[in-house]
Amino acid sequence: MKTLQFILKKLTGALITIVAIAIANFAIFRIAPGDPIRMMFKDPRVSTEQLQAMRVKFGLDKSIGGQFIDYVKQLLHGNLGFSFWQKRPVADVIGDRIGQTLILVVTALVIATTLGIILGAISGWRNGSKTDRTILSLSLVLYSIPTFAMGILLLLVFGFILLLFPLGGITTPASGFTGFMYLKDVLWHMVLPAFSIVLWYVGEYILLTRSSMVEVMDQDYIVTARSKGLRESVILRKHALRNALLPVVTLSGVNFAFAIAGVIEAETVFSWPGIGRLTYDAVMKRDYPLLQGIFLLFAVSVVVANFIVDLIYTRIDPRIKTGAAHE
Amino acid sequence: MSNTKAELSINKKRKQKIRNQKIKDFLYLLIDHKMGKIGVGIIVIFLFVALAAPLLRTVSPHQSGNASEILIPPNSQFILGTDDLGRDVWSQVLYGSRVSLLIGFVSALATVVTGTLVGIIAGFYGGILEEVLMRIVDFFMMLPALPLMIVLAAVLGPNIWNIIFVVTLISWPTTARVVRSQVLSLKERPFVEASRCIGAKNSFLMFGEIFPNVVPILFAEAVIMITEAIYAEAVLSFLGLGDPVRMSWGSMLHFAFDSGTMARAPWWVLPPIVSIILLIIGFSFLGTAVSDILKPGYKEKKGL
Amino acid sequence: MNILEIKDLKVYYMTKNGPAKAVDSISFSVEKNKTVGLIGESGCGKTTTARAIMNFVKEPGEIAGGEIIFNGRNILNLSDGELRALRGKEITIVRQEAQNALNPVMTIGDQIAEVILEHERIDKKAAWQRAEKQLDLVGISHKRAKTFPHEMSGGMRQRGMIAIATACNPDFIIMDEPITGLDVIVQRQLLTLINDLRNRLNLTALFIAHDLSVVSETCDEVVVMYAGKIMEKADVVSLYQNPLHPYTKALIHSYPSIRGERRKLKSIPGSPPLLVNPPEGCRFHPRCEFATDLCRTVEPEIRRINGHSVACHIVK
Repeated sequence: MKTLQFILKKLTGALITIVAIAIANFAIFRIAPGDPIRMMFKDPRVSTEQLQAMRVKFGLDKSIGGQFIDYVKQLLHGNLGFSFWQKRPVADVIGDRIGQTLILVVTALVIATTLGIILGAISGWRNGSKTDRTILSLSLVLYSIPTFAMGILLLLVFGFILLLFPLGGITTPASGFTGFMYLKDVLWHMVLPAFSIVLWYVGEYILLTRSSMVEVMDQDYIVTARSKGLRESVILRKHALRNALLPVVTLSGVNFAFAIAGVIEAETVFSWPGIGRLTYDAVMKRDYPLLQGIFLLFAVSVVVANFIVDLIYTRIDPRIKTGAAHE
Repeated sequence: MSNTKAELSINKKRKQKIRNQKIKDFLYLLIDHKMGKIGVGIIVIFLFVALAAPLLRTVSPHQSGNASEILIPPNSQFILGTDDLGRDVWSQVLYGSRVSLLIGFVSALATVVTGTLVGIIAGFYGGILEEVLMRIVDFFMMLPALPLMIVLAAVLGPNIWNIIFVVTLISWPTTARVVRSQVLSLKERPFVEASRCIGAKNSFLMFGEIFPNVVPILFAEAVIMITEAIYAEAVLSFLGLGDPVRMSWGSMLHFAFDSGTMARAPWWVLPPIVSIILLIIGFSFLGTAVSDILKPGYKEKKGL
Repeated sequence: MNILEIKDLKVYYMTKNGPAKAVDSISFSVEKNKTVGLIGESGCGKTTTARAIMNFVKEPGEIAGGEIIFNGRNILNLSDGELRALRGKEITIVRQEAQNALNPVMTIGDQIAEVILEHERIDKKAAWQRAEKQLDLVGISHKRAKTFPHEMSGGMRQRGMIAIATACNPDFIIMDEPITGLDVIVQRQLLTLINDLRNRLNLTALFIAHDLSVVSETCDEVVVMYAGKIMEKADVVSLYQNPLHPYTKALIHSYPSIRGERRKLKSIPGSPPLLVNPPEGCRFHPRCEFATDLCRTVEPEIRRINGHSVACHIVK
């Protein structure tokens, strides 16, 4: 029963946050200096009457309140606005790109979390050892290199100099690959962008897992486990890691927001045709409706990711069920 | 009466002395810490570069060269070569350190001030005020930072002060949270209770009694915030949202990337990348050292 | 027959001001089917002794000398593998504050079954059934095998610890203040349980406590420790009725009797010494009302007097 209550509370929180995001999103773009219609039609030959007609068409002649009601109505119909640059509905533009971003981000996160948790656990388990210090300083350095800088370095070394990997894009242009060859080609293109995300993210996860592990290793129940004569591998898996991963899981929701940053940077450097590169292009073209749509998507996906993490948490921490796990 | 006054002033002096000793101990521990040493070293070098940029430069960073000077590799005149407009890379790198450090320090200061105010007020007063403030904090922490910064920077226009504003807007909630949780435990301590009993005003309790006790954590927070602000500025500038007047390392990379000549001119790309990475590593190491030192028991372990 | 013999054991904690001698040359033994009580104020080296018996001293502590002979083998010479086989099977421990000593994300049943699975050739199902039996044994219904530590009361958690410690029929159990921090009624119930198990399972045990009255009901013999040294050693009745060492006397008078005898309580003046730089002579002399110049300069040897072993110059 307590679990249900917990989930309901988190769900309400998530919904309120989404509403607040929608309002903020509307507000941010009203403070934009300059006339969006003027920005759209930079050609001075467009007459004032024509501009006025466009304003009416996009509802920009109405009061702020009226515009907000329009905005909410449109949102509820899944309409995110009209992209000035692509001359298409924003939802369509984003929809075309979502798949490419998901495949990149999921691959990178799976590799990074697995590696990060393993290395972080070893580091924390052997706290103070040489292995620990090596892993720790490596992760601090990785964590300090911005994804885009790492991307450019990887691109220079492996793309331009060693010619090992393609310079960008998602497929070899006009190759006509199908089936397995096509998949291989995509994976081939994904190596560098994925790794520029992984290398930063793995640092983050090592640091998180390590500090959590160090804390757990000091707990009384680890001493108990040792006094039971259990094998080290059992103590590590069943006693230390299971407890150490709880805070790591909690933070992975927050980390999802960082992953978005990594995706924007990596996709930009490697011209990966996903939402991240789209963000860059929208900025370059000052396409505000598109930017607005992208921001809404990112913000909502972070909220959803956090909600999913809360759901996972109810399954792995028994204390939630009885409401014992207050912060 | 005058007697107590004299006692008070002696007390004050003693407090001052203790504080000085604490700062000395802290600096000693920092230099003693391996990462702290490296971090401080890197930061000092960059601070020197930023201050001495006009002396170290060979040509003005803005000065465009003539057509024959475009994208030439490092030589005796242009130590690090030139970019696609014939501008000197060396002087751009020198002046870039100013942008990074300025944004880092000013944003961190603004963040810590805002975060501390909100954190102390929320933690001290509690009740509905705390509830409302912490909801706002939670909301900001839920937003994806980079997309929000991109949107705001794009909407507000590319300019160094807007970048500082945007970075601060993103970072203050973390500080507010940390400070609040400290205040919650501090306000129950006997010395605050004692001060309250002799009729101290709320403002004195908050800033005279509680605040001095959060300063060490604020210092750690500030170092983290500087790191994040430098990082954020680099990313925003790389994405083309940098201040066009003040060339930063991120903007240099943006132009290099945008020009499509990256592969032909590594001398243009590598210096800003190395600078960004080094400076961030410097502050990360310093941050790690500071949080190590502030851990309870560290001082005793080192024999102080 | 002695199951455990501790000879001249020294455990030092390395600090920046030199070694703190938490346990300084102590010797005692435990006979089969007997329970020995180890008492003294907090910080006198009781828990450190317990940890040393399992060869389990935490950094910066180290065993600086002595022998711990358990069933004819010196525990301090065993390999890691041999120690693992020993811990949880031959020697087990019931630790204080079960709230932190039990793993919060495992059910109590799992935590019992785990130790059986580790030490015996048995399948998971059989181990689980044994775990349920153990719970019944310590007075928790086997139906509660699937509860987590946070869903149990303090007394139940401590019973759970006992169930883990007795799961593999150990030769020797260390009870490290098993009833500390619980309320009086629960303490009473746990003592009854421990006594009951002692008789039913013929346990051999070391019972650590900080007051004599608890020990008086469960133990056959008592060792009194002060500042890392043994002060007095005797069988329980004799020690309780006729304490010889001034520290033992003070200790008896500083706690209320659990049997409810009424008497005036007296606290021991002063506090235990710092173990980095212990007082010369007898370690208890700064707090002893009978101290002489001899006590201040010469450390007393342990002597046999009236069936007691006692380290004191003034006892005749």
